[in-house]
Amino acid sequence: MPWRDIWRKFVNYFMFSLTGICALVTVGVLFFILGYLVWNGGSSLSWAFLTHLPTPVGEPGGGMANAIVGSAKLLLLASLIGIPIGFLGGVYLAEFGGRSFPFVVRYTADLLNGVPSIVMGIFAYTIVVLPMKHFSAFAGGLALGVMMIPIAVRSTEEALRTVPLMLREGALALGASKWKTIATVVVPAARKGIVTGIILDIARVAGETAPLLFTAFSNRFWSPGWNQPTASLPVMVFTYAISPYEDWHRQAWAAGLVLLTLVLVANVAAKLSVSGRSAR
Amino acid sequence: MPTASAPPKRRPPGLIQGLRSGDTFAHVLTLLCAASILLVTVALVQQLYVNSTGALHKFGFRFLTGRTWDPVSGDFGALPFVYGTLVTSALALLVAVPLGVGAAIFLSELAPPRISNAMTFVIELLAAVPSVIYGLLGMFILVPFLRQYGEPFLKHTLGFLPLFRGPMYGVGMLAGGLVLAIMVVPFIISLSREVLLAVPVEQREAALGLGATKWESTWQVVVPYARIGIMASVFLALARALGETMAVTMVIGNDPKINASLFAPGYSIAAVIANEFAEATGDLYIQALVELGLVLFALTIVINGLARIVIITTTQKGSAH
Amino acid sequence: MKKLSILSMILLSATFVLASLVAFHSSRSSATPIPAPDTIMLNGAGATFPYPIYSKWFSDFNKIHSGIEINYQSIGSGGGIRQLLSGTVDFGASDPPMTDEQLGHAKTKILHFPTVLGAVVPTYNIPGISQELSFTPEVLVGIYLGRITKWNDAEIAKSNNGVNLPAQDIVVVHRSDGSGTSYVWTDYLSKVSPEWQSKVGRNTSVNWPVGLGGKGNEGVTGLVKQTPGAIGYVELIYAVQNQIPYGRVRNAAGVFVKADLAGVTAAAASFAKTMPEDFRISITNAPGKAAYPIASFTYLLIPTKIEDASKRQVIKDFLTWMLNDGQKEVEALSYSRLPKEVVARELKQISQIQ
Repeated sequence: MPWRDIWRKFVNYFMFSLTGICALVTVGVLFFILGYLVWNGGSSLSWAFLTHLPTPVGEPGGGMANAIVGSAKLLLLASLIGIPIGFLGGVYLAEFGGRSFPFVVRYTADLLNGVPSIVMGIFAYTIVVLPMKHFSAFAGGLALGVMMIPIAVRSTEEALRTVPLMLREGALALGASKWKTIATVVVPAARKGIVTGIILDIARVAGETAPLLFTAFSNRFWSPGWNQPTASLPVMVFTYAISPYEDWHRQAWAAGLVLLTLVLVANVAAKLSVSGRSAR
Repeated sequence: MPTASAPPKRRPPGLIQGLRSGDTFAHVLTLLCAASILLVTVALVQQLYVNSTGALHKFGFRFLTGRTWDPVSGDFGALPFVYGTLVTSALALLVAVPLGVGAAIFLSELAPPRISNAMTFVIELLAAVPSVIYGLLGMFILVPFLRQYGEPFLKHTLGFLPLFRGPMYGVGMLAGGLVLAIMVVPFIISLSREVLLAVPVEQREAALGLGATKWESTWQVVVPYARIGIMASVFLALARALGETMAVTMVIGNDPKINASLFAPGYSIAAVIANEFAEATGDLYIQALVELGLVLFALTIVINGLARIVIITTTQKGSAH
Repeated sequence: MKKLSILSMILLSATFVLASLVAFHSSRSSATPIPAPDTIMLNGAGATFPYPIYSKWFSDFNKIHSGIEINYQSIGSGGGIRQLLSGTVDFGASDPPMTDEQLGHAKTKILHFPTVLGAVVPTYNIPGISQELSFTPEVLVGIYLGRITKWNDAEIAKSNNGVNLPAQDIVVVHRSDGSGTSYVWTDYLSKVSPEWQSKVGRNTSVNWPVGLGGKGNEGVTGLVKQTPGAIGYVELIYAVQNQIPYGRVRNAAGVFVKADLAGVTAAAASFAKTMPEDFRISITNAPGKAAYPIASFTYLLIPTKIEDASKRQVIKDFLTWMLNDGQKEVEALSYSRLPKEVVARELKQISQIQ
């Protein structure tokens, strides 16, 4: 009956407009945040900011070079720990597992994700910093890496699950062993989803402050190697934002901007490297 | 690789075995990685337990029902923090899930691929914003807005509910929940969109072929097909909401009291640990804070369990798994 | 697809090359040398309040002695004490002096070295009021206990003749995070009010009877600025840098004093004769007409036995420099200098470090 069809058409347009609004709201919030960062911190961005060490309050020319390098180091170590373990764990859950063990692992992964980052930091402090008797970039990278594992596991598993059974069966029917099927057929088919999960993972961990306060500590100077405390962008943002000085506030915003830019670059690079045909 | 001059080798008898052990190797390796999560969790719980034994003995179950948090007299109770954590996280999900899933549907079904990719790219950046910045923005933008416009509006329209009564400071559980919502929505959007995009096109075509409108096809076929993946993203969002510290503490008012109104200031477990751990001196004080961490852990177990039960009892056939 | 993969590879390599150039360049420039192999690095942790002046001191010290890098981070007074006791840092820093219980946990004796003085001021935001308010101790206690709830209360009006206080609700703001500032504030309130002492007490973190919690001095400042009718307590340095109004407080001699650098130094000086040997003292509610009543030292915590001879020398040299030249730099950053008598006694204490 036409009345009913008119209603259905209306619902169609209405609901999709609603979803469009949802998307716009979210994107709008981000642009707002970015705009705020640029507005407040843009004036502090300069070549000096990117290449110099921090200076005391009131002295011009200070920068966050050590924090930028420090964040890069920490994220590198965290990724080296978190991504392989998380990825392989996700492969297990999607490809190998039975019923009860994967259930327990999934459940536990969600639990770990919910642990406050400060508790993770304290945990890393007690098992790494205390025995070593000093703060270090290594401890910081470890704390962040452990935080990355549960997210990587879950997102990899979900991405692998989207690959249709047909692809797996086809490969197996052609005589490939299970691991070969996974490595050469399933994972490449799911690579976009896997990469998205990893990017989200890195992004989330890149902005974490609390775990670093007790592990990597921070440093006003350069931090050679992995055994010394190191500065990092989130900690600098935190330290400067809670100070009383206007100049340091602006630098905090600028640091936030730099951090977002770093993540953006990583995002672009990763997305580009897995572009092309995939399962969808 | 055998050289040209060497005689061709006989097929090694263990070829099948070799393949199998390759599989076995893969199985064991990935199993170990998955098990690492269990290992870390056990170690974490053990550390939490060991570092809070004094408080556990002193308070027992009273800790869960106690409402006072007094570092000077050594009287600690977790109830206001549990309440604040639950309320802010629930509010965050109530806002973020419809918003996030809605946006994900738009990005996967309606938006042209270029626009979808560009918008998703931008949304994923939101996940990288340090929580300190969310907190500062919350304090400078959201809180004044709530105090001057948001909360009076809610009071005016929905003030008959006990949720929207009382003095309006701007800071409070409403602000906390909203900030959390914005922080977790990128996870929901990004992961849900991936899962929705992966739904086989045949499913959509089948529905459309039967005469469904695009929305009906999306809502009644595609989304249910992807529901497990969407649920996974919601769990991730929930986890982040439960454990968020910096941003929440800047806008929630930090008052350990239980109040029915969302306008009232509250306090969450993660926030109080972040606020007081660095300065806490005195064994009982530190142990009480660590015990709060244990309580949060237990809370997470319960919430996750309940959510999973709900999902299992309402799962229909015809999903991706 | 191949083109895009190549593009991404180029992008990644370019970023890597750029980053290396940046690191290389900065390591070469004289403003930011990468430490030479014989650099001595020390780590310290503790109070947030003196972070700006400590980072200035360590930076200036590094300019004079280029091989010495002293890295200090603010993780809170309690955190600093804990790290010092665990041995993960070379020295600590704290606003409240260490308690006997904490000192008992230490493996070697810990020395307290006061470095600068700070003050805590009551800041407020009352719509329509631009004059400076005067607070008596009783009023402050009454507000923070929740007994005085409106700005036009008789007790407040008593000491503020001529100010047209509105019938506005008072919104109390305190610190949510544990802090030395809270310690000083509650220490003062405990001294002037037995009721406060028994009901709430003094600590870096207490069970506040009323009020909202702001995170950090910044959080309190922000809340007070935004909330009409709010009152909060912040370090003087924040009030000055952010140009927010703060009131006078009546001191033990009955004089209403507005916090300034000189008044704080006077508070410390009035205790100079009665100061214990280890410098662990509270200087709130100081006697003396010019003394500001809510002031405090902040301390560097140095172990007496330092095994590493080069580190030991660095610390001794730094302390000597800090007490002489370092003190000249503090007032520019809104900290108060140590009184002369205290400086003299500290210089003597340096010899105890072995």
